Amino acid sequence: MSNANTNTSKKTDEVAIQLNGVHKWYGQFHVLKDINLTVQRGERIVICGPSGSGKSTLIRCINRLEEHQQGDIIVDNIELTGNLKHIDAIRREVGMCFQHFNLFPHLTVLENCTLAPIWVRKMPKKEAEEIAMHYLERVKIPDQALKFPGQLSGGQQQRVAIARSLCMNPRIMLFDEPTSALDPEMIAEVLDTMIELAHTGMTMICVTHEMGFARKVADRVIFMDGGEIIEENVPEEFFNNPQSDRTQKFLSQILAH
Amino acid sequence: MSAETAQNARRSGGASLFTDQRFRSLFYQALVVGLLGAFIVFIVFNTAQNIEKRGIQTGFDFLSAPAGYDIAISPFIEYTAQHSHGRVFLVGLFNTLLVSALGIIAATILGVFLGVLRLSPNWLVSRVVYCYVEMTRNVPLLLQILLWYAIFLGLPSVKQSMSFFNDTFFLNQRGLILPEPLPSDGFMWVPIALIIGLVASFIFAKWAHKTQDATGKIYPVFLINTAMILGLPILAFAAMGFPLDFAYAELKGFNFKGGMTIKPEFTALWFALSLYTAAFISETVRAGIQSVSHGQTEASEALGLRPSWTMRLVVLPQALRVIIPPMTSQYLNLTKNSSLAVAIGYPDIVQSFGGVTLNQTGQAIEVIFITMLVYLTISLVISSFMNWYNNRVRLVER
Amino acid sequence: MSLTEQQYAPGEHPDLPAPLGEAGLIAWFKKRLFSSIGNTILTIITLYFLYDVLSTVIFWTLTGATFVGETKADCTLGGACWLVIGDRFHQFMYGLYPKTEYWRPNLTFVLMILAIIPVLFDKIPHRGKFLLFSTLFPFIAFFLLSGGLGMETVDSSDWGGLLLTLVLGVTGIVASFPIGIVLALGRRSNMPIVRTLCVCFIEFVRGVPLITILFMASNMLPLFLPEGVNFDKLLRALIGVALFSSAYMAEVIRGGLQAIPKGQFEGADAMGLSYWQSMRLIILPQALRIVIPGIVNTFIGLYKDTTLVSIIGLFDLIGIGQVAVADVKWRGLAPETYVFIALLFFISCFSMSRYSLWLENKLHTGHKR
Repeated sequence: MSNANTNTSKKTDEVAIQLNGVHKWYGQFHVLKDINLTVQRGERIVICGPSGSGKSTLIRCINRLEEHQQGDIIVDNIELTGNLKHIDAIRREVGMCFQHFNLFPHLTVLENCTLAPIWVRKMPKKEAEEIAMHYLERVKIPDQALKFPGQLSGGQQQRVAIARSLCMNPRIMLFDEPTSALDPEMIAEVLDTMIELAHTGMTMICVTHEMGFARKVADRVIFMDGGEIIEENVPEEFFNNPQSDRTQKFLSQILAH
Repeated sequence: MSAETAQNARRSGGASLFTDQRFRSLFYQALVVGLLGAFIVFIVFNTAQNIEKRGIQTGFDFLSAPAGYDIAISPFIEYTAQHSHGRVFLVGLFNTLLVSALGIIAATILGVFLGVLRLSPNWLVSRVVYCYVEMTRNVPLLLQILLWYAIFLGLPSVKQSMSFFNDTFFLNQRGLILPEPLPSDGFMWVPIALIIGLVASFIFAKWAHKTQDATGKIYPVFLINTAMILGLPILAFAAMGFPLDFAYAELKGFNFKGGMTIKPEFTALWFALSLYTAAFISETVRAGIQSVSHGQTEASEALGLRPSWTMRLVVLPQALRVIIPPMTSQYLNLTKNSSLAVAIGYPDIVQSFGGVTLNQTGQAIEVIFITMLVYLTISLVISSFMNWYNNRVRLVER
Repeated sequence: MSLTEQQYAPGEHPDLPAPLGEAGLIAWFKKRLFSSIGNTILTIITLYFLYDVLSTVIFWTLTGATFVGETKADCTLGGACWLVIGDRFHQFMYGLYPKTEYWRPNLTFVLMILAIIPVLFDKIPHRGKFLLFSTLFPFIAFFLLSGGLGMETVDSSDWGGLLLTLVLGVTGIVASFPIGIVLALGRRSNMPIVRTLCVCFIEFVRGVPLITILFMASNMLPLFLPEGVNFDKLLRALIGVALFSSAYMAEVIRGGLQAIPKGQFEGADAMGLSYWQSMRLIILPQALRIVIPGIVNTFIGLYKDTTLVSIIGLFDLIGIGQVAVADVKWRGLAPETYVFIALLFFISCFSMSRYSLWLENKLHTGHKR
């Protein structure tokens, strides 16, 4: 199979995210075991693995939606500790898209996008709206700006969610299974948006099962199981020559149909 | 029944009048109206006969006749036994509204407070609130009213009144006795300052909003406004040289002279209504806040909004839609429950007008009709507000 | 940190126990009680408050209370004087029901429990037969309590205390159930007159306090009836209570009807069922299953509201309590009396609300599956 990776990697030597020996427990349940991961700035990483393997937990630790108990997480040279200032600073730099979009149903699409710029970046309303419209155009739904999220389709909602994150001008984007709550015909529109975003040189970590997306844009694919990183490799090697049995089994299951 | 008719219809070729949907619907409705009409005629006929036989007066003339009995609590409306039953109605209505309004205020404050505590991450606090809520909700309100009344009547007699703050407040079985405020000349500036404070804070809030839109600068509006609303009247009060005197109550013989007395009937009813309703409101508040999914909070925090802003901008606006409708029906319940005043003799509309006046005049139909009308009006007003609000805040869906 | 850690091959890392203070009892205390300075202060204040309240309550109800004695003068410890309860216990339970006939209310009570069990729990063998007994129960109960056919007749004015409270509550809910179904169906009917009448009735009743309806029942009902027909006090109160609760019941049932998906109505229509057939066979069985928690909650409300009949001169628990308090022998013991009654109500209402909560959770999980 030829290399389907069409991107021109914008990976640099600068470190964006570093995880050293991260452990996490839910009660007595050991969800993350000794995770070591370094993400360069501009790098695109896809994390896959069976459900319950800890992949969502891992990226939710990166912006402290979950608290890790051992090890260090350093984002943009800021270490994540209990320090609220650090958490604030990191969340300003890290955008996130959720499986269920989590748009605010009581605000219009435009208000969803301007909320954080106005209150966190202390931006004048007009400027925030200009930025919001800019990103809504980029995700190709500027005409829906005055509607409420409940009036949009799932795919449109997810694109709004991406635009909403981009309005904060983040340097890193996290995607937590952004397409798994969508109907098949809507997956493509969201993936297109994500691919376009990848081409701008954004640092991205995506938890997803969309292997086509991984082949196209990822610099590295990481396979997780049982709370551990089992294997990581460039997409070509990862798909064509998986090293571990578990990876092979997972890939055969997911690519079987 | 209709299965039979269907069979008949089939046999007769399906053209029977009774199988016609429109006709059948009309027939049923005519039947209902007929039965209801017959029932009403039956009742009216009986009632007319009974009234005649028992020599009960009819009509609304009694409203202008002198009532001939005293009412113990009538703040703000002058009333003596010589006043009419119509006046009794007014006094009763006012007393109902008074205890309901004060009850609603107290129940809301306490209920919201308890609801938030119930969601506290502190296990002990949320358990204590849970116990309070369950204990209050599962005991009849009437019993609670009687219990509070018994407790207040169990206080020391007038002679042995408990006194607080150097003999300014007294508590005994006749009630709570407070000094009566006697404002002198300059005092009018205090309410004026309050109004100025309210207007100023309103203007400031608008201005702050505009400024934020224009420049992005965020002012601590809540803090500044609170300071203005509270501070300005206090400043005015001080500037005018504290123009307020109090008439302190003094024990003279068997009674207190001067001061204001808050009767135990009122206090017991007010306490019981507020505490009972607060328990329900706290559950409403808790359910409302919990109804906002955790994903909303997470998304907001992932965007970098602080917890207090997340609460204000994301959680509360959504929770309020869920909270307000049941909250209004709690207010309605409180107002209706205030009619339990009759059990301890607080002269609300049911006790005074619906009770004593009814017994004196014997005109049960008119009196009960008027009393019910009062509550129906209140219900209608509150529920039309609720409908208006629901329509206003409804989420737009596909 | 990771340097000190043992290295494992990928996929070989064992599950390790959480570090001390991150799970288990210590973590629980840390997280739930002492997670921050504010939280710790809150915990301490609450503990102090609890200590204060509990010590007072325990002193008043138990350690400082008097349980044995003859008159009020025996109560010298400073706490509650429970003698009044013991002295009038039979009245609290049965009112003025003749002492020799106590077995009748007792038997009725046992039968009531037997009748309620198949209604509340759906996994009982031969439930159908038991349900038949449940429907017959109100008639059996009426016969047992009021007498006749060789048993001494007991006038309903002698019924009192807990007995009367139960009679009112159970009759109210049983009578309001069919009326509520009719009203709920009427409110959703597409016949405008029927609908309007039902809406007016429901909204009228829900808009006025129960006490005004009881006043109406006790003062106006006699005027409505032809000469010579006379309802006794209890029956009048029962009519008022049943009318009142049927409006609330109607709204609960309407909620259940609304929760039935439209497809069920369409499916029934498509099968050619008539209106009443589709209601009886398809819609109501589903709707009523959903609303059982709501019905239980309505019952709790009604059960508490039955106390209002003491205002129109019936001797339910509160009526009996007021008689006891008015007794010169026990003057001033109102708190004891009312606390005792409150305890009786709390036990029954709390257990009912737990049951309805349990049922709600069961229904929810049932839907999810």
